Amino acid sequence: MAKLPQDYDSVMSRKQEVMKAAIGIDYSQFESGSMAFDYEKMMRETGYTLEEMQKIQYSVNVGNTPILELRNLTALARACAPEGKGARIFVKDEAANPSGSFKARRAANAVYHAKKLGYKGVIAATSGNYGAAVASQAAIAGLKCIIVQECYDSKGVGQPEIIEKARKCEALGAEVVQLTVGPELFYKFILLLEETGYFNASLYTPFGIAGVETLGYEISMQFREKYGKDPDVVVCTNAGGGNLTGTARGLIKAGAKETKVIGASIDLSGLHMASDKAFNLKSCTTGHTGFGVPYAVDPDHSDVPRSAARPLRYMDRYVTITQGDVFYITECLATLEGLEKGPAGNTSLAAAFALAQEMDQDQMIVVQETEYTGAGKHVQPQLSFARENGIEVRLGDPKDEVPGKSVIIPEHPSLIKATDMDLDRQKKSLIKGNLKKYTMNPTEDDYKYLAEETKKDVEWVKKAVEEIKAAL
Amino acid sequence: MVKKGEWVRIHKVILEAEQRTGKLPEDTKNVPLEMWTKGYLLADAEIGDEVEIESVNGRHETGTLIEVNPYYEHDFGTCIPELLAIDKQVREIVFGGEK
Repeated sequence: MAKLPQDYDSVMSRKQEVMKAAIGIDYSQFESGSMAFDYEKMMRETGYTLEEMQKIQYSVNVGNTPILELRNLTALARACAPEGKGARIFVKDEAANPSGSFKARRAANAVYHAKKLGYKGVIAATSGNYGAAVASQAAIAGLKCIIVQECYDSKGVGQPEIIEKARKCEALGAEVVQLTVGPELFYKFILLLEETGYFNASLYTPFGIAGVETLGYEISMQFREKYGKDPDVVVCTNAGGGNLTGTARGLIKAGAKETKVIGASIDLSGLHMASDKAFNLKSCTTGHTGFGVPYAVDPDHSDVPRSAARPLRYMDRYVTITQGDVFYITECLATLEGLEKGPAGNTSLAAAFALAQEMDQDQMIVVQETEYTGAGKHVQPQLSFARENGIEVRLGDPKDEVPGKSVIIPEHPSLIKATDMDLDRQKKSLIKGNLKKYTMNPTEDDYKYLAEETKKDVEWVKKAVEEIKAAL
Repeated sequence: MVKKGEWVRIHKVILEAEQRTGKLPEDTKNVPLEMWTKGYLLADAEIGDEVEIESVNGRHETGTLIEVNPYYEHDFGTCIPELLAIDKQVREIVFGGEK
């Protein structure tokens, strides 16, 4: 067979057919022809039931991770909180999963599905914990695995955290393809899918997201068993949105309707995510607003036609914290709780530390993940890397932190604050994107869809649409 | 000389700067998209030669030979005294210091 043209435009023009072959889902069956698509039908018909997912995950040693109460961190929060305030803080120790993070849940389902459909291997484009998770699950399933990473800047310098993730993927038997900064990673990704015929273990498939539902479900069950009730608040680090979406869906499936779901991201506003120069000025590689905001307001710009990660459907609040806050809390977790965990998983913990101080002492707040730590993926190498790259690292008030210029480690824990993002603004941005992409005159079904997408009622959406149209 | 069959790392330019797509910041648009990967060398070569390798998955890639038996050097970084200050402070708040 003659080799297909390999130039950028030719490869990208084959994107649709390659993706369809690499994921085995015909997304068109869920489309209405307008902006509305049947999200629940997609989740139902291409996903797995909760019971099936538990069975799949438990058979590969994924899930059933312990809930740990952080009594000393709670005491620290209470020392900073107004009288009577300071909820009990818990973490779900997802680092106990085979690959060291909750991503094992997503990967277990994706790899199971790939094997069931007869694929020989899996490919994932990720610089995060998901790579190790896919590699780990592929190792168990006896499938081949390629991880494509955005890893280096144009000087060949890589974030220590991402390099560690590459090492871990290789240690688990994967082939790692490392690239410099830029969205054209997708071009190489498509070439690899085409060349190998492997399954696209995208982070955003229905089975991947459904894999996280077990996490939310377990939280509810574990709390009911141990404390007789659901937790009041679950905090999820928000990047691509799958963590929050899956956890919230699992809580709903458990019937934990009163539990509030709060998203948390590190504030990296002002740093361009596709910038070669800014790449190594970030002192965190995930869980930040550079992923969190664009994926929330436009979920479908991922590597599948319709993303199953749709966080604005489930979020009750969305808060930001600073890089300095996360480093501080990571250190607290080690020195007060005897738990050494990776910084990225502690994004939601820093937020929970601040949020607990708004809550009563008899309430319970849960951080739904931890992640493994090690060389590169640890507070110290990340902060030394920041210093080497000219970032000012000092003690002070984290509100003075300027992403890309400084990391301000709080000089006192009372300075750690969760800042609310304007969720309505993000919801309007999602609506605006849909109007521009599909139609300026939504159908009644479209309005209903937008109401579900934004966790609002149809009236609110109609008013928002009028506002947006008037402003254009 | 690097022998056929040795485990190596290669480097390759995937897209030259002028082949990159439009929606990029200037600093990224001005540099090529580069790739690094590893595999077994398929023929004897010298560092700096254009070579072909076979990955652990049996896939072939070409590129410039840059390293033999590549290994990772990332570590736990240098000392960050501010972290010690956190330890002292929070232990004092929670446990009341040394008593």
